[in-house]
Amino acid sequence: MGKTIELEIFRYIPEIDEQPAYRSYEVEFEDDWVILDAINHIKDKMDGSLSYRWSCRMGVCGSCGMMINGIPKLTCATFLKDYYPKKVKVEPLLGFPVERDLVIVMDDFMTKLENVKPWMIRDKDKEKTIDKGEYLQSPVQLEKFIQFSMCINCLLCYSACPVYVVDNNFIGPAAIALAQRYNLDSRDDGQDQRNEYIGKHEGIWDCTFVGECSKVCPEDVDPAAAIQQAKVTNTQNFVKSILWPFGGKK
Amino acid sequence: MLKHDILIIGGGGAGLRAAIAIGEIDPELSVAVVSKVYPMRSHTVAAEGGAAGVIKDNDSFENHCMDTISGGDWMPDQDAVELFVKKAPEELIQLEHWGCPWSRESDGKVAVRPFGGMNIERTWFASDKTGFHLLHTLFQTSLKYDNIIRYDEWFATKILVENGRCQGVTALEIRSGKVQAIAAKSVIICTGGAGRLYPFTTNGSIKTGDGLALAFRAGVPLKDLEFMQFHPTGLPGTGILITEAARGEGGILVNKDGYRYLQDYDLGKPLDINDPDHPVKKSMELGPRDRLSQAFVLEHEKGGTIPGPYGHVVHLDIRHLGEKIINKKIPFVRELATKYAGIDPVFEPIPVRPVLHYTMGGIDTDIDTATVIPGLFAAGECACVSINGANRLGSNSLTELLVFGRIAGEGAANHAKNNPGPDISALESQEKDEQNRILKGFYQKESGTENISGLREEMQEYMDSGVGIFRNEQGIRKTCDKLAELKERFANIKIEDNTSTFNTEVTVALELEGMLEVAQALSHCALDRKESRGSHQRSDFTGRDDDNYLKHSMAHYTGDIPKIDYKDVIITKWPPAERVYGR
Repeated sequence: MGKTIELEIFRYIPEIDEQPAYRSYEVEFEDDWVILDAINHIKDKMDGSLSYRWSCRMGVCGSCGMMINGIPKLTCATFLKDYYPKKVKVEPLLGFPVERDLVIVMDDFMTKLENVKPWMIRDKDKEKTIDKGEYLQSPVQLEKFIQFSMCINCLLCYSACPVYVVDNNFIGPAAIALAQRYNLDSRDDGQDQRNEYIGKHEGIWDCTFVGECSKVCPEDVDPAAAIQQAKVTNTQNFVKSILWPFGGKK
Repeated sequence: MLKHDILIIGGGGAGLRAAIAIGEIDPELSVAVVSKVYPMRSHTVAAEGGAAGVIKDNDSFENHCMDTISGGDWMPDQDAVELFVKKAPEELIQLEHWGCPWSRESDGKVAVRPFGGMNIERTWFASDKTGFHLLHTLFQTSLKYDNIIRYDEWFATKILVENGRCQGVTALEIRSGKVQAIAAKSVIICTGGAGRLYPFTTNGSIKTGDGLALAFRAGVPLKDLEFMQFHPTGLPGTGILITEAARGEGGILVNKDGYRYLQDYDLGKPLDINDPDHPVKKSMELGPRDRLSQAFVLEHEKGGTIPGPYGHVVHLDIRHLGEKIINKKIPFVRELATKYAGIDPVFEPIPVRPVLHYTMGGIDTDIDTATVIPGLFAAGECACVSINGANRLGSNSLTELLVFGRIAGEGAANHAKNNPGPDISALESQEKDEQNRILKGFYQKESGTENISGLREEMQEYMDSGVGIFRNEQGIRKTCDKLAELKERFANIKIEDNTSTFNTEVTVALELEGMLEVAQALSHCALDRKESRGSHQRSDFTGRDDDNYLKHSMAHYTGDIPKIDYKDVIITKWPPAERVYGR
C-alpha cells in the first residue's frame, strides 16, 4: 500500500438528486488492482450507497462496463496503475438512460437482441431428431462464425458507436454481430428472416464504418466487420429484388 | 397479483434449460424466469473446461458412472448418477442442435478432451469458454418462446407456501424497490452455489447461495453442505480459475524445486511430459480436485511451496504445449494469466493455489428434482440430487444443469397442470408481511451500527479457517460460535441508503442474511460428520467411516442452531470401495 489515486464518480439517485453530480474518492491501491477493485473498496468501506453492476470479475459476464475517462471499458479488466497518478473519471456507459449512479437502463438492447432472432432457424427438411446425433461442422465452418459468437453483451460497442449515441433507433453493433453469428453458421437457414429486420430497419445504412465498436470490444468480436457484411448482403438482396422481382433471396 | 403457471428462480444454465423444456412442452403454460441479474450475467458464464457426456466408441455408461461415484467417494446417489449419465449425451447433442459452437474434429464431429478423475476423454468443450457458450446458447434460444417471460433484476425474498403447497414467491424489483408476490402453481429454484461464503473463490459476486437460504427457511432440508470443493488451480489474489483443461491438455504441477510433487501423495508416478502417454488419466495432475488441493496443503506444510504476495503457490507449467496448442485449445488460460497474473504462460509457469470453487451439497431433492414441499423443485448447483457426493468431477456440472434443469422443467410443468391455482387472499397476506419485513428491516432501517461488508468479511475469514480444506473439531466449533454471534449482530446492521431505486446496499444485506443461514448449516454438518471423505477432511477423524457415515447430512431450519440428521445413500450397482488414483 501507499499509493493513492482519485476516482471521480458519477452519482445520480433520481428520487433525491435533481441532476447528476460527481463525487471524488481517494483510494489506496496496489498495482494489481483493477478499477472494479477500487469501486468495490468504495462501496464496502467508504460509501455503501454507490450502485453499479458486477459479478465475475474475469471479463466474461459483461456486467461492469463503464466510461473510464470517456472511453467505454470493462472495469474488471482495466488497471488503476495505467492511469496513476492522474485521476480516473468513472461514468455510466454513454448513450443509455441512467437508472442510478453507474447503472444504465438496458431495455433497449434486450429488445433489439430479441428482434434479430439470435437462435437457430432451420429449414424443415434439414431438422433432425436427437437420436440422429450432431450436425457435422468442420473446424473451417466453425471458424467462419466463432468470432461473432464471442460477444458478452457488455454494450461497450454501443457506447462507442457515434451513430447509436445520437440515434437509439440504430440496431447497433452487438445485435448485428449476433445476427451474423447465426447467419454464418453452417447449421442455420434463418438469414432471410433476420435480414428482414436488419435490412429494412434504419441503422446499418447510417453506420459510417469508423470502427469504434471493434476498437473497444474486449472480446475482439469485430462487430464493424459484421455490419459491413450485413450491409453487403442486404445491398445484394435489394438489387436482386429489383432485377428479379420473382425473388432475390440469398 | 402477478401470476404464472411456473416460476423459475435464477436464469443461469439450469433455469434457462428448465424454461426451454417448459416452452417445448406446452406454449400455453406461462413460465416466468425471476433472476437478480440479467440471465447472461449468471455465473454459468464463467465455466471454462467443458461438459461430460459419453459419446465416443471407446467409452461406456459404466465408465462414466464409476468415475462419478468413486470421484464422489461413494456419496453420490447411484440411481441419480445412472440417470445423469444416461441422459448426458442427448442433452449435449440437443445443445448442439440449438447452436452451441462445440469444438470439432477435422471430420466435423464433436471433439472431446480428458479431464481430472475421468478414465477416458469424454469432455465436450467449446474452446475454453464452454460455460459462456452454453449459457448464451440457452439464453438466446429461450428468446424464441413467447411463453417465457422474464423478470430481470428481481431478487426473490421468500418462498410462499400455503395449504402445504408451494404457491409462488415474493420478489423485490431492484429497479423500483417494490416487493411483490408472484403466484404460481410450481416453482423451480436454480440460483447456483454459495462460493461467496469464502474469502477466496472462483465464484462471482452474485454466488451468494440465495436459493439455498430460500428453500431452507421454507422448510426444505439442505443436504451434504459440508462438501465444498476447492479447485487446485486458482490465480493468487483474484481467485480467478485456471481451467482443469490446462492439465487435461498436458500441463503439470511443480513445487519450488520444479518437482512434480503430486507423486508423493498417492496420485501415481509421473510420466515424462514428452511421453506419448502423458497425461495419464486418473493419475497425477489428472487426479480429482479434492485430492490435488489436499496435496497442496500437505506440500505447503512440508515446505515445498513458493511464497508470494497472496500466500504460497505452486506452479502450473504448460510451456511444453507450445504457443500453437495453447492458443487453439486453451486461449482463455493465456488471456487470464497474462491479464491477471502478469505472466504469459507460453514462456513462464502460472502461479496457482487452491480456491473455493463448487458447492456439492444443496437443496435436498429426489431424483426427479422435487423437494419435500409439493410444487417446489430445485436443479443445478443450488440443488443436491445428488450426483456429486463428496467431490464433484470436473465437467460434470455443466452437464448436470442441462440434465436436471430439463427434468425440473418437465416436473414443474406436470405439477402445474395437475394442481389448482393459488390461494390468492392467503398469498396477499403473506405479501403484506414480507413487504413490511423488507421495508422496516432494510429500506427504512433506522438505527444500526454493524457494517455489512465487515460482517461478511468476518464470516468469510471463519469459513476459511474453520471449514476449509482440512478441518478439526476445535476449528469448526469456533466457526459455529462465530456464525451464531454474527447472526445476532446482523440484526444491528447499518443501512445508510434509504432510497428505493436500484439500492444495492439493501440487496447486499439481503444476500448476507441468507449467507449466514447457509454458512451455519454448512458448519454444523461439518461438525457432526466425524470422518474424512472426499472434500471433507477431518484431521481428528482421518479415515472414511462407511459404517456410520455413508449417509447424507440433512440440515433442518429451526430459526436457531440447525438440526442435523441423516439419510441413506442410494447404492445400486457399485458397492463402496477404495478410491484409487494412479495405481
